[in-house]
Amino acid sequence: MSVELDVFVGNTTIMDEEVYQLWLDGHTVNDAVKVRMEGGVLDECEASADVLLSDTMDQYRTFQMCERLLYSPAKLANQLLFQIPPHRQAMLIERYYAFDDVFVREVLGKKLSKGTKKDLDDVSAKTGVTLKSCRRQFDNFKRVFKVVEELKGPLVENIRQHFLLSDKLARDYAAIVFFANNRFETGKRKLQYLTFQDFAFCAGQLINNWTVGAVGENNMVEDMDVDLDKEFLQELKELKILITDKDLLDQHKSLVCTALRGKTKAFNEMEANFKNLSRGLVNIAAKLTNTKDVRDFFIDLVEKFIEPCRSDRWTAADMRIYLTHYHNSAHILDTFKHQVVWDRYMGVVKSCIFKMYHD
Amino acid sequence: MPGKLKAKIVAGRHLPVMDRASDLTDAFVEVKFGNTTFKTDVCPKSLNPQWNSEWFKFEVDDEDLQDEPLQITVLDHDTYSANDAIGKVYIDIDPLLCSEAASVISGWFPIYDTIHGIRGEINVLVKVDLFNDLNRFRQSSCGVKFFCTTSIPRCYRVAMVHGFVEELVVNEDPEYQWIDRIRTPRASNEARQRLISLMSGELQRKIGLKVLEMGGNAVVGYLQCFDLEGESGLVVRAIGTACTLDKLSSGAAASINTHMHPNTAPASNACNSPSKDGKEPVFTEDLPSSSGPPTPFRALPTTSSSPPPFSPSKPCSRQSSSSDTDLSLTPKTVRPQPVRSRPGMYLCPSSPTLSTDSLPLPGSGSVGCGHGSAPRATTPPPLSSTHSGSSTLRKSVSFSEDLLLAASGMGSGGSAGKEAGPLKTLLRQQTQTALEQREFPFFTLTSFPPGFLVHVGGVVSARSVKLLDRIHNPDEPETRDAWWEEIRQEIKSHAKALGCHAVVGYSESTSICEEVCILSASGTAAILNPRYMRDGCLDIGSSDHRFEEPSPPSCGFCHIPYDELNMPFPAQLTYCYHCRRQKVPDVLFTTIDLPPEAAVTGQGCLIQARLCRLKKKAQGEVNATAISNLLPFMEYELHTQLMNKLKLRSMNALFGLRIQISVGENMLLGLASATGVYLTALPAPGGIQIAGKTPGDLSNEHHILAIQKRINDTIAKNKELYQINPPKLFALDPEVFHGINMELTEEAVGSPIPEPRQRSRLFRSHSESSDELSELDLSHGKKDAFVLEIDDTDAVEDIHSLLTDAPTPTGFYSCNTEIMPGIYNWTSGLQMFTSVRVFRLSNANLTNQGLNKIFTDLCENLLKSLYFKLRSMIPCCLCHLNFTVAVPEEELIQVAVTAVAMTFDKDQSQEKPGDRAMTKGGSENEEQLQFPLELCAESTSANNQPSAKIPGTVSLLTPAAKIYQNHLITIPPAGLQESTNVSSRAPSVDYGSFADRCSTWLELLRLKAHTIRRGSVKTISSSERCSPLPEGRSRSLRSTRSFGGSSVTVVKMTPLSFLPGTRIVKYLGIINMFFIRETTSLREEGGVSGFLHSFIAEVFAMVRAHVAALGGNAVVSYSMKECVFMENPNKNQAQCLINVSGDAVIFVRDTDQEATPAQMNTGQTCNSGTDGAT
Repeated sequence: MSVELDVFVGNTTIMDEEVYQLWLDGHTVNDAVKVRMEGGVLDECEASADVLLSDTMDQYRTFQMCERLLYSPAKLANQLLFQIPPHRQAMLIERYYAFDDVFVREVLGKKLSKGTKKDLDDVSAKTGVTLKSCRRQFDNFKRVFKVVEELKGPLVENIRQHFLLSDKLARDYAAIVFFANNRFETGKRKLQYLTFQDFAFCAGQLINNWTVGAVGENNMVEDMDVDLDKEFLQELKELKILITDKDLLDQHKSLVCTALRGKTKAFNEMEANFKNLSRGLVNIAAKLTNTKDVRDFFIDLVEKFIEPCRSDRWTAADMRIYLTHYHNSAHILDTFKHQVVWDRYMGVVKSCIFKMYHD
Repeated sequence: MPGKLKAKIVAGRHLPVMDRASDLTDAFVEVKFGNTTFKTDVCPKSLNPQWNSEWFKFEVDDEDLQDEPLQITVLDHDTYSANDAIGKVYIDIDPLLCSEAASVISGWFPIYDTIHGIRGEINVLVKVDLFNDLNRFRQSSCGVKFFCTTSIPRCYRVAMVHGFVEELVVNEDPEYQWIDRIRTPRASNEARQRLISLMSGELQRKIGLKVLEMGGNAVVGYLQCFDLEGESGLVVRAIGTACTLDKLSSGAAASINTHMHPNTAPASNACNSPSKDGKEPVFTEDLPSSSGPPTPFRALPTTSSSPPPFSPSKPCSRQSSSSDTDLSLTPKTVRPQPVRSRPGMYLCPSSPTLSTDSLPLPGSGSVGCGHGSAPRATTPPPLSSTHSGSSTLRKSVSFSEDLLLAASGMGSGGSAGKEAGPLKTLLRQQTQTALEQREFPFFTLTSFPPGFLVHVGGVVSARSVKLLDRIHNPDEPETRDAWWEEIRQEIKSHAKALGCHAVVGYSESTSICEEVCILSASGTAAILNPRYMRDGCLDIGSSDHRFEEPSPPSCGFCHIPYDELNMPFPAQLTYCYHCRRQKVPDVLFTTIDLPPEAAVTGQGCLIQARLCRLKKKAQGEVNATAISNLLPFMEYELHTQLMNKLKLRSMNALFGLRIQISVGENMLLGLASATGVYLTALPAPGGIQIAGKTPGDLSNEHHILAIQKRINDTIAKNKELYQINPPKLFALDPEVFHGINMELTEEAVGSPIPEPRQRSRLFRSHSESSDELSELDLSHGKKDAFVLEIDDTDAVEDIHSLLTDAPTPTGFYSCNTEIMPGIYNWTSGLQMFTSVRVFRLSNANLTNQGLNKIFTDLCENLLKSLYFKLRSMIPCCLCHLNFTVAVPEEELIQVAVTAVAMTFDKDQSQEKPGDRAMTKGGSENEEQLQFPLELCAESTSANNQPSAKIPGTVSLLTPAAKIYQNHLITIPPAGLQESTNVSSRAPSVDYGSFADRCSTWLELLRLKAHTIRRGSVKTISSSERCSPLPEGRSRSLRSTRSFGGSSVTVVKMTPLSFLPGTRIVKYLGIINMFFIRETTSLREEGGVSGFLHSFIAEVFAMVRAHVAALGGNAVVSYSMKECVFMENPNKNQAQCLINVSGDAVIFVRDTDQEATPAQMNTGQTCNSGTDGAT
């Protein structure tokens, strides 16, 4: 004796946000029922476990049927099958495309390929995110990547329009796409301390300042926000003069030291390390023409700059003040002619380091 | 050539990928009407093709326009092989044929394939140029409007009700034709869909013709059904009520004129309101005989004055049944009549000869179970009132009593006038002449314009078991016609037996299993006001009809239509507890909606009786006989269950009663659903008494006491739950009503069920005071009638099932009628849903008991699930809960439910904004004090609402409700004052007198609307935001307005005839769609549940799309008529057929909240703590 068929269909599709989340998180129906029971939903409505099971199955079915619409969220608004109020649609989409930071941290900068997908079970085991959820998130990344790959125009805007995501989520996806496209190395042990949000911030900086689209002349170039501006990368080589020209280096150092003197406890370390640090930063800039070195951009920042500073126990404020003066002082160097490139470079590096420097 | 149909194919979107290589589709479209086909160009390599075709023009007869659907097929062009069909759209162009409905069909339609479901959408434009010439085209009936709604559609006024129309057409079912062996399932499904579409069109056209012949212009309460008879064919049949409707010229019709609208909505409702103001005088003048209240004759047999005294009437009532004893019921309920076409079929075991002799009617043998107004199954027939003082009754006794329900058709007609007063006679005669011209004075309506329904007799039903045979000549479906004719005759004669000349709330249904078919019909016997039947337009708004109204509308319909001295069955009559002028039965069963103006105490609730009966597998006549032998027992049991459950809830009337009996190979399922209410006019129900057979056994007695206690507790709890606080009686004539008073007071104050002994004492005293013969007490000791004996396990089970019905969770109410008695302040939250469950019985050796339990649990669990699903809408009410049961296969039970959940404002249901609004300064304080008090009362479920219980006072109307319902206001007789809450009553009295001064009703309306709008910001603002609570939580369910960015129109669906908080401004035509879905990859589609889930969702989507294309934004009176599901998991296959219907409408939101209650509140009356708020 068993219920063989059990369906409930509302003219307005009924969706329970809690169940939706459980579904998104990849719980099985039985797990979801357990979670809901523990959540006490039964007590408030005098229902039995059977009722809960039936409801959960129904909702899961609904979500499964909706899922294919969610692949292209714009369809959700003009499909006829489900009558879903707009704010619900927005919720469905936003939650469907939401991801776990721990998960994305694992695949950030990796190629969104079948190979990576095959390794998702490892990621799942490591992060505690269910495999199902991992797959959904991974597929989302891939889907967004594929769609925007072929589109012209600003990356964030494209994502927002095509996937109807909130600004925040669209920016996160832009970061993921950007990282995946440039294959930035994020998995090294030294980078483990960085969160996805740190990287997303950096990606935003890079997208806004270093890509083709950042220059802003022609708004409708393919990949304008995804590929770094080659010309700019070439020009970065010019910055080498800051470390190769001895006079310039000394001048720069003295300007910075004058400005910093007495303002920080770490002054002595700063003074002692100035040349090293400056070399590090400028070398990173000079090497960015190599794709390989672009990939290592973040690890380089950490190794060449952040770690030395951290071992000298700079505070975040120290870092801030140091970099500000380091950046600005270069403007006063009369023989240094590459102010525009310097600003474009340092502006991004500065904010990236600020973000990446955790006390 | 009277019509030119034009169609244009604009574009497609979301098409499926048909070419794997390119991941694209080369789509083109074929447009077909009749035998003409046009094609668009191929739009290569696109999933969102833009065809922008020319206008395809079809020049056709209007007959074809009515019958044929426009058929649009989307195909994928393939150079080398045959073109692949993507899917189809059938568009019913009927709405375009009526000038008042839609003028163009334009929109996105889902492209539907019977194997793959919805595959993309297509944008189509359709227009019709109709050169209508009514004289010439006799075969067409363009312009006749059809409504599924079973009341007068909201923006129309009924000028005349012509009566019953019916028609059926038959054909061979394509699925069973030889060709089906060689064609694909898709082709077969499409042939079926197309055929049924054609047949419905034809049926509608034929009915339209009948309507035109009768002089009408519309069919209301149109009910179309399919009988899939398998091998023997396909029957499409329909019934309806022909009317002449006038479009309301005022605001309602004039769409968005908000200024008008306070008047428009009430225009039809309010029509007899003026009469209400002066109510008291009205009925005195109506009923001269009652000026001095007549002595209540409670004992029928005693009175020898009336021609056929009751006792003799029994034998003559119906020979077949009077052959009597317990078993005689069988012949009655079993429809034995020899079927013309199959003489070999006699299902009547006991007395076929008798029945034929005794009844001149052709349909003599068919099942007649007139659940009369007093269908107390356990009441002993008066003749057998010899039963002992112990109030224990046996079922066997009640059986024979039940026979009487069928009652004699003779007695009642002529002698009616004698006791009831000349007016009644006059009325009856008038109406009779009007109605007798009709073959079947049936009405499919379930709610009526005020004043239409005069008296209600009770439920009449008939069932007949038939063996299906092949329909040899589809053009002359004589057999099927004859079958229904018989049943209708039977119904007619039952109605007559109840002293009624008409049947309202009439419906027909079938249940088919293999070659056996149960035909059922049921309705409510009633007496109607002849005004609506007379020729010539009548203005219901005018007050001239007043004098014809024999009784106040809040209780008039309860007054017995039959002659109390010659009753068709024994019933306890009392004087109406509301007007105290006429007799009412103690219980009233009906199939109609609660009349809006009826006086109700407390809230109503859904009451269901469920029953399973095993039967042996058999073939042919043996099978049919077995089924017809079981039927009467099932009817009886269902009836007993209903009665017990009604008592358990302390209610005294059932509305919307629908008894469905489904036949399967090895079992019969019975499901009776109704909405129980406490009608203020009827006496309080007695309790339920438990008795054991062996009184000596102490332990047993203990047990019995325990059960008794549980029952009593349940009754008490239910009284609280439903806020049933029967009004204390205030007799107009203290002497006469002394007895009643005593009894009632006792009950209200003391325990709900007095001890048996104590009760009998009460009775005696009561009867003494009312001059009755004491020997008759027993027969109308209604409480005694409900004794359950618990000797046998059956009874124990009964009691258990009685008590295991879970109460609805807090915050929920449920009913199967249009509106929930006792709730009037709907907010706009709305969720229509369909839920289907199939249960597999794996245990082969089930007993009836076991089956019953399973079936009951199935229904109960389903309800529980619904409550759980909809918990975010609390407080809400599930309205129009329509259960359909079926036995699709040997071990399967299928239950399908369609209903709508509607939110209401709980707080306001407890307070009295109306009074507040109208109470001036001084009493304001008092009101404010009262409010918190009431809130507490509500939270603790206490049921004492000070002013709520006095009939005759208006207590709790909202401002708006008051406006429209002033007709319900009766000025309380002086005697009532003492117990009335002065503050709440004062304004109503005020208005009563005020109303007198108003020259016209409309003026009064306007005036009041103004007063309220200006006068009390408080009330209005609170009603405007409706419930603050649901606002946030259930926004999702009602957000239609803000569906902003998307291109899809939000279409609301509801099984009700209205949408709360809105006005329907236009009816766009009937939606009647039939779909088949089949799969050969069941597992891949998520199993049976996944398959059906998406199919139902697809059906909703297609209904919405059609409505939107007509320019509408809602479907009202939506129903799922058929949901036939078949599966074969082993073959990974399943098939499902769904038939849905409804009325496409345009509604506008009430910005001005006053109209909201007008729609729903029209009926509320003076009592109950919950009404009135909006």
